[in-house]
Amino acid sequence: MRGLFYALSAIAVMGLAFWAYRENYRTQQSLRDVAALQSQIGDLREALAVQRAEWAYLNRPERLRELAELNWERLNLIPLSPDHFGDLQLVVFADEAPANLLPADEDEGDDAPAMAGLNVSDAVAVRGTLGGEAAR
Amino acid sequence: MTRIPLRPLARILNARASGENPDLIERENIARRHEAMRDKQRHQAEGRLVVMAVVFTVAFSVVGMQNFKLAATEPTEPRAAVSTSPIAAQRADITDRNGRVLATNLLTYSLYAQPHLMTDKERSASELAAIFPDLKEEDLLRRFNSSIKFMWIKKKLSPEQKQAVHDIGDPGLLFGPREMRLYPNGRLAAHVLGGTSFGREGVHSAEVIGTAGIERAFDERLRDPARPDPLKLSIDLTVQSAVRQVLYGGMKIMNAKGATAVLMDVRTGEVISLTSLPDFDPNDRPQPALQGDPSDSPLFNRAVQGVYELGSTFKVFAAAQALDLGLANPDTLYATKGPLTWGRYRIRDFHDYGPELSVTDIIVKSSNIGTARIAMQITGARQKPFLASLGLLEATPIELSEAPSGRPLTPERWSEISTMTISYGHGISTSPVHLAAAYASILNGGTRVKPTLLRRDAPQKGDRVVSQKTSAAMGGILRQVVSRGTASQGDVEGYAVGGKTGTADKPKPRGGYYKDRVIATFASAFPSHDPKYVLIVTLDEPTETSGTKPRRTAGWTAVPVAAEIIRRAAPLLGLRPEIEPDKAFEVTRVSSN
Repeated sequence: MRGLFYALSAIAVMGLAFWAYRENYRTQQSLRDVAALQSQIGDLREALAVQRAEWAYLNRPERLRELAELNWERLNLIPLSPDHFGDLQLVVFADEAPANLLPADEDEGDDAPAMAGLNVSDAVAVRGTLGGEAAR
Repeated sequence: MTRIPLRPLARILNARASGENPDLIERENIARRHEAMRDKQRHQAEGRLVVMAVVFTVAFSVVGMQNFKLAATEPTEPRAAVSTSPIAAQRADITDRNGRVLATNLLTYSLYAQPHLMTDKERSASELAAIFPDLKEEDLLRRFNSSIKFMWIKKKLSPEQKQAVHDIGDPGLLFGPREMRLYPNGRLAAHVLGGTSFGREGVHSAEVIGTAGIERAFDERLRDPARPDPLKLSIDLTVQSAVRQVLYGGMKIMNAKGATAVLMDVRTGEVISLTSLPDFDPNDRPQPALQGDPSDSPLFNRAVQGVYELGSTFKVFAAAQALDLGLANPDTLYATKGPLTWGRYRIRDFHDYGPELSVTDIIVKSSNIGTARIAMQITGARQKPFLASLGLLEATPIELSEAPSGRPLTPERWSEISTMTISYGHGISTSPVHLAAAYASILNGGTRVKPTLLRRDAPQKGDRVVSQKTSAAMGGILRQVVSRGTASQGDVEGYAVGGKTGTADKPKPRGGYYKDRVIATFASAFPSHDPKYVLIVTLDEPTETSGTKPRRTAGWTAVPVAAEIIRRAAPLLGLRPEIEPDKAFEVTRVSSN
């Protein structure tokens, strides 16, 4: 009985020692992984900062203005001016529009009401954005 | 253990037979037994002592070894406690009000040499001179051949330059990492940002310190590693860009040698745009001029440091105070027959405006005499505290390191003639930012705002300066200056611009005034029935030459530039053009009778 107890204790001690040994090395490996990840994070942050700087540099208003002028032919961009503001009153709602403005085709007369409904919902969506703009 | 009986029968019987005392045998056995017990106890005690000694020895040696380890090894942070905070302890970024980057950091390299490690000094010197055109081969070679062990060659390298130097392949040319401050927008907000330079320098790192502008004013905050979040300014990059472009064009057309524009939100005091021309590139900040007039240097921030006599724009303050004190209403008439003589001084008007004008018309036509009469009624004892309450008698609290140097110049003795001249903007010098804050305070409903460059979301709740009613009346009067007065070129359809022009002769450095050099200012607010923004445009020595005679008054120079700025900037600020409410028309109609 006593011999068995000694033997079991010895086995337990060896088992614990093995466990502690393994945990120690796993911890060290985790720490190495963390260090590697952190240096990777550091590198990525640095790269991110460089890219942010580059983004800011490439989007500087002076350059964008020059690009807009160079590409005038294709883009027709001009500085924002007071007459660029639209008014909700000027948006033609489908149910108010004269019939000849509706994209109704005589062959597909049945589809016209559905399309008109679609236009109304589009107009409402436009109204939503305009309202948001005005509120801002 | 076999127990020995105390009276073994065999021996007792033998003893009795031989006539000995058998008790002796018993006593002898008792003594033996005690001896055995004693030996055993001693043995146990000795064993305990040995165990104790071993335990103490082990314990002390463990403590001793730990001590030795702590003393003999390099101190390191416990690795499990490595934080996940950003590794680069950088200077915080600066962004505009919408988060667009105005200043950030870039990792570059510096180049230094250790001449005693160099293998081929002649070749290195010639190749370095080829890479960096600003370095001279002879200078480099002379320094390489001197006895120094260490020398800086370049503080900042681009990646291409670094590769080129690397390709020289000399072991004595070495790189150290450097954090560099980058202003991606170049000149755009140069005077706001200021600039940075290297402070203490080591091979592996260098301090970046702010040398001017907001970089210097917020140096501590930007360098604080606990606050890596960007510093958000009130500047709007898009508006700033539009304002600078228009102002630059205006400065060229008007042949001015300098120009400045300040755009401010009247309720929050946020400076949306602050431009001073000529400007500089903060990435390559020029050295301060050691001779000549410092105000001619591009480093000079005219909007904050430039204290000028801003002329007739000050008439608004006299009129506002008179209305607020109840001394007058917009239709009260004042005599304007000139010239007004006070001692040896004579106050004249630009034109003769007839015998009398209403307060509104004094501002609309810009009559010095009328304003001086209003000021005489107000008296200096009330005028000075009023101007002080608008912040016009002390340096602005704007967050720039140059702000304290923009201290207004005021007369030492606030005499009656000073009161009169100050009422039309002579004898007091303030910066454009002062004027913007004072106009904002009067027009925002009458509460004091202090100019700020930091983004705020709530209006400032300052002390009351003038009543709500006065504020609204002043908005109406300023609108008329534009609709039918000296600033008629400033009208921008849909924005109901109101404002006041000011043309002041420049003082000569030795006293007296130049006849042909002026500071032209237009202080405006829009929309005038519900002012949201104040814009101050100041041109230094403008001349408008489209007519037969050169024209220098603000109405011909600063006003068209300001109108163009409003036309460009107002839509960018999200202001929709709108039709003026009837009230403004009523005011116009009634008072023009």
